[in-house]
Amino acid sequence: MLSVKDLNVSYGAIHAIHDVSLDVNDGEIVSLIGANGAGKTTILHTITGLKKAQSGSVTYNDNDLLKTEPSKIITLGMAHVPEGRHIFPGMTVEENLEMGAYIRKDDLSSSMKEVYERFPRLKERRRQLAGTLSGGEQQMLAVGRALMSKPSILLMDEPSMGLSPLLVKEIFSIIKEVHKQGITVLLVEQNAKMALSISDRAYVLETGHISMSGAADELLNDEQVKKAYLGL
Amino acid sequence: MQLALFIQSVINGLNQGAIYALIALGYTMVYGIIRMINFAHGDFIMVGAYTLFYTIPLMISAGMPAWLAVIVAIAVCVIVGVTVEVVAYRPVRGQGSMTALITALAMSLFLENLAMVLFGANPKSVPAIFTLPTVNFLGATLQTKYLLTFGIGAVIMILLQLFVKKTKLGKAMRAVPQDKEASTLMGIHVNKIITTTFAIGSGLAAVAALMYCSTYPRCTTDMGSMMGLKAFIAAVLGGIGSIPGAMLGGLVVGLIEIFVKVYIAPGWYEAITYGLLIIVLLVKPSGILGKNVGEKV
Ligand SMILES: Nc1ncnc2c1ncn2[C@@H]1O[C@H](COP(=O)(O)OP(=O)(O)OP(=O)(O)O)[C@@H](O)[C@H]1O
Ligand SMILES: [Mg+2]
Repeated sequence: MLSVKDLNVSYGAIHAIHDVSLDVNDGEIVSLIGANGAGKTTILHTITGLKKAQSGSVTYNDNDLLKTEPSKIITLGMAHVPEGRHIFPGMTVEENLEMGAYIRKDDLSSSMKEVYERFPRLKERRRQLAGTLSGGEQQMLAVGRALMSKPSILLMDEPSMGLSPLLVKEIFSIIKEVHKQGITVLLVEQNAKMALSISDRAYVLETGHISMSGAADELLNDEQVKKAYLGL
Repeated sequence: MQLALFIQSVINGLNQGAIYALIALGYTMVYGIIRMINFAHGDFIMVGAYTLFYTIPLMISAGMPAWLAVIVAIAVCVIVGVTVEVVAYRPVRGQGSMTALITALAMSLFLENLAMVLFGANPKSVPAIFTLPTVNFLGATLQTKYLLTFGIGAVIMILLQLFVKKTKLGKAMRAVPQDKEASTLMGIHVNKIITTTFAIGSGLAAVAALMYCSTYPRCTTDMGSMMGLKAFIAAVLGGIGSIPGAMLGGLVVGLIEIFVKVYIAPGWYEAITYGLLIIVLLVKPSGILGKNVGEKV
């Protein structure tokens, strides 16, 4: 279980996250929704050690993540698909996938095969430099790369950003599939409708505070959420 | 006679070029990973050369081949390189390229002055490292030790290229400069990779010192900055950040130096090297084999 308690994070004088608490239980899909600049990315970055917290606690299965060396966090079974993909542009698709499995010492061929089965486009382009892939393909690669570490929890930051409606659908169906295989998911999305429709629970973040939380289907029917995030 | 001189110049040029290439690799690998010109890199060669000066007699008196001293030189250079990185460069990382540049210049001056204090200002003659015969080839008298040093350089460069392309550590060394955050998320300890890069670059400087001293058996406290400058030009010419670029640039600079000295006039080679550098940078600002990566923050 991932547990964030009373988290505060600042960028210099900008206090970006105020007393945020949230939990993700094993086996859940939990989404974190909110407008631009609400602090969603900051929360994910703090969980995986890319950003230092000011106060509060972040634990995953009893490991104190705030005290864990950032490069060790993936060894606890946590993979992060960062906002904007962050693939390695000068490496081939296959090398990117290998980097995803950097911490593994066992044979990668079966995981590689699974990723290629899930993303046939990546297989066709496996010798191509990742920087030459289209945006959608890069997103697939970012997800595939994260799966290569055999994570137990996947943090995804706006995986649908910049994708065509068809690809958005595809990425959400991939998230569902991945979840069915037993991977817990913490999903950050602006596409609140899609996110809520596949989630168990959700948190709504407003300028660094959690303003609402609850079961995803309840939030989907909440008047305030409908107005603010679903454009209804 | 004409042909003999030409062949001799090619061999000398390749020998010289291999030395520059090994040094250029140190500049280029460090630049590739942290976008910083390590001005103290040239001085690592000086450290290697003085280590050879002191350890070769020990090797000989112990009845071992003189070149084994290079193992001690590699160890000393790696220790110096890693210490410079951890003690001087890491604390100022992320504080702007000007700060890094000044720190590197200061490290270079520090090492040179420290050497002056420790070893004195007089040049030292390094004992012969390889005692190999000369051979006659098409009328040219060739030093087999030049062929040997070129061979050593070539093998090291091929191994390095394989290391970076094929091994996990090598791939991590390529991943870090492309995206430090993503590298961390993959489980790569970025600072360890940077330190490893310095260790490799410094070790190569020790090998370059061995090759240099077997050609010019002399060490001075300022040899590093002179060698370093030419190797740096080689790295920029080949495309800084590119490993094959450093190798090519080194060979080009070495060949130009020898050919201009032999066929034009000894004093001209620097002007011609700089001229070529300017032309290449005008035509292709990223260098011959450089990729236009753009500064990433
Ligand atoms: N590196 C930074 N330096 C200073 N302020 C930052 C930095 N990164 C984020 N912020 C600020 O912190 C706040 C939260 O940003 P964050 O990126 O976490 O938002 P977000 O919810 O992910 O937004 P988006 O949906 O646009 O990705 C914003 O006000 C932002 O301006
Ligand atoms: Mg964001």
